[in-house]
Amino acid sequence: MTPSQAQIVIRAKGLSKVYREGETELRALQDVDLEVRAGELTLLMGPSGSGKTTLLSILGCILRASEGRLEVLGENVSGLPERDLPRIRREGIGFVFQGFNLFPTLTAAENVALALDLRGIRAGAAKKRGGELLAEVGLAHKAGSFPADLSGGQKQRVAIARALAGDPPILLADEPTAALDSTSGRTVIELLQRLARVHGRAVVMVTHDPRVLSFGDRIIHLEDGRIVREENNATSAIETSSFLEVQPAAPVMARELLI
Amino acid sequence: MGLLARRNLFHDRVRFAVTLTGIVFALVLIIIQFGLFLGFTTTTSNNIDHSNADLWVVFHGVGYFDTGRNFSERKFYQVLSTPGVAQAEKYMQAFARWKHPDGRVENVQVIGFHPGSGMGEPWNMVQGSVADLKQEDSVIVDELYRNKLGVQKIGDRIEIGDHRARVVGFTRGIRSFTTSPFIYAKFKNSLDYTNPTSSEDSTAYILVKAAVGVSPIELRERLRTRLTDVDVYTTAEFSRKTRFYWMFTTGAGLAVLTAALMGLIVGVAVVAQTIYAATMDHIREYGTLKAMGATNRYLYRVLIEQAVWSAVLGYGAAMIVAYFIVRASEESGAVILMPWSMSVGLFFLAIVMCIAAALVSINKVTRIDPAMVFRG
Repeated sequence: MTPSQAQIVIRAKGLSKVYREGETELRALQDVDLEVRAGELTLLMGPSGSGKTTLLSILGCILRASEGRLEVLGENVSGLPERDLPRIRREGIGFVFQGFNLFPTLTAAENVALALDLRGIRAGAAKKRGGELLAEVGLAHKAGSFPADLSGGQKQRVAIARALAGDPPILLADEPTAALDSTSGRTVIELLQRLARVHGRAVVMVTHDPRVLSFGDRIIHLEDGRIVREENNATSAIETSSFLEVQPAAPVMARELLI
Repeated sequence: MGLLARRNLFHDRVRFAVTLTGIVFALVLIIIQFGLFLGFTTTTSNNIDHSNADLWVVFHGVGYFDTGRNFSERKFYQVLSTPGVAQAEKYMQAFARWKHPDGRVENVQVIGFHPGSGMGEPWNMVQGSVADLKQEDSVIVDELYRNKLGVQKIGDRIEIGDHRARVVGFTRGIRSFTTSPFIYAKFKNSLDYTNPTSSEDSTAYILVKAAVGVSPIELRERLRTRLTDVDVYTTAEFSRKTRFYWMFTTGAGLAVLTAALMGLIVGVAVVAQTIYAATMDHIREYGTLKAMGATNRYLYRVLIEQAVWSAVLGYGAAMIVAYFIVRASEESGAVILMPWSMSVGLFFLAIVMCIAAALVSINKVTRIDPAMVFRG
């Protein structure tokens, strides 16, 4: 069951991240306030070193913030012990990585089934569900293929199917189209948008890719670890075949944040 | 989890072959060393263990077989007259010179006993019978030493201790721990072969059978009270003392056990290195699993399953190799024993060895930072 539209699934308040190496201190994030809603595709953009991936890692409970409060699906994770964070990730968050991070010795179906195995689903049920997930991303015919035999776009779709294995309300994607050509990239971004708009998931995506700008519902710009600008895309949607084709129908509304 | 463990293990065939080779090498080395150890210890005390006696009376201070010293047969009659003794027999063990038909000389150990007494007799007769030793100047040897002693068949004539004798039988599997084969003869002849000047009134050992209902321990205490200048042991005690002397006092056993331990260490090191290398090759996958929400326990189970598979397959291959080695040793002077209990123990040792080897990798994956998956 996915959260209802406009429900806030991630609430971050005053997040900061400081890396210390000896006497050197690097502030990767500074006082970030952010709300992520179900049903939205949120883009995190900014130059290299702006803190996008750090923010994504913290939202995904992979990194701990040095300061601030983070709520994920209503649970305050800031005070949780380290050993509880895998549960949060397993039950609530799916990850899609730039490098796909598929297991090379497993087939596409087995890669998806492994994510179900992590959640204690028995082999038979995992295999069946894995097949369904691959069909949802249009790769049922590639279930028995190994990653080495798949194109970049196909690998990323398998990775998305794997991320959906636990039916997570939140999907976090780190530059999912960076290694893809324009056709594959479009397929992937359309899939992510559909997961947000149609399936009601909260999708947060780190990207440098200007081609995906028009697909985002919110675009958050970071610089030097701070959110400097936030844009909302008011859009209309035309459904074509199995993917949504999104057209911006209204002017982009931007909000400059005071630094 | 099981599928990932197996696929990662078998995916790189060369690495897997190296892992198996390390396990097989370690286990086979342990089998050979422990098997030799067992073979040697069994050999050192085999005459004691097959004596069919409950107690051994020995010259005072004699700590093990192979160094018997004669004492007066008066002790023999004292033993016979002790309540609780059902049977007592004189028994001889001493070295002698065996002359080949071609003139070469070998050292042998002559065992003298009373044929038909049921105690101290050779076992595993494959040709002839113990009763044939009642004939004058007749001997029984083990078939393993046919070539060494220059005898091939019953009736062959030999010279031992400047006495002529005739081979009347062959045993199978009675090895000597020293280089001197055992030669079985009746008691009187054994004295002639070993020390012709010794009196027939002396003996090196007395074998004692307790009467029905009398415990050997109780009889041992009784004899210790009655006899002076001799020591009295149960068969088990004398067997243990003999084995301990040869295995540990001489250092032979320690050398064997040290080699076995080295084999174990080598096995652990090889398996640890290959499992660690495989883990490092797949480190991003473990990081991805962690990012996906896998607990450390889940990762440990992947690694341990890999270790267990390695152990099981390595054990199987090692058993095949060991079977042929053990069979080949049966024809040699140094037998390698591999009782079923050792085979079972080795299985568990292989499992423990491989899991221990995986600990280094387990420690590594515990420390993986899942954020690594976001780095290129």
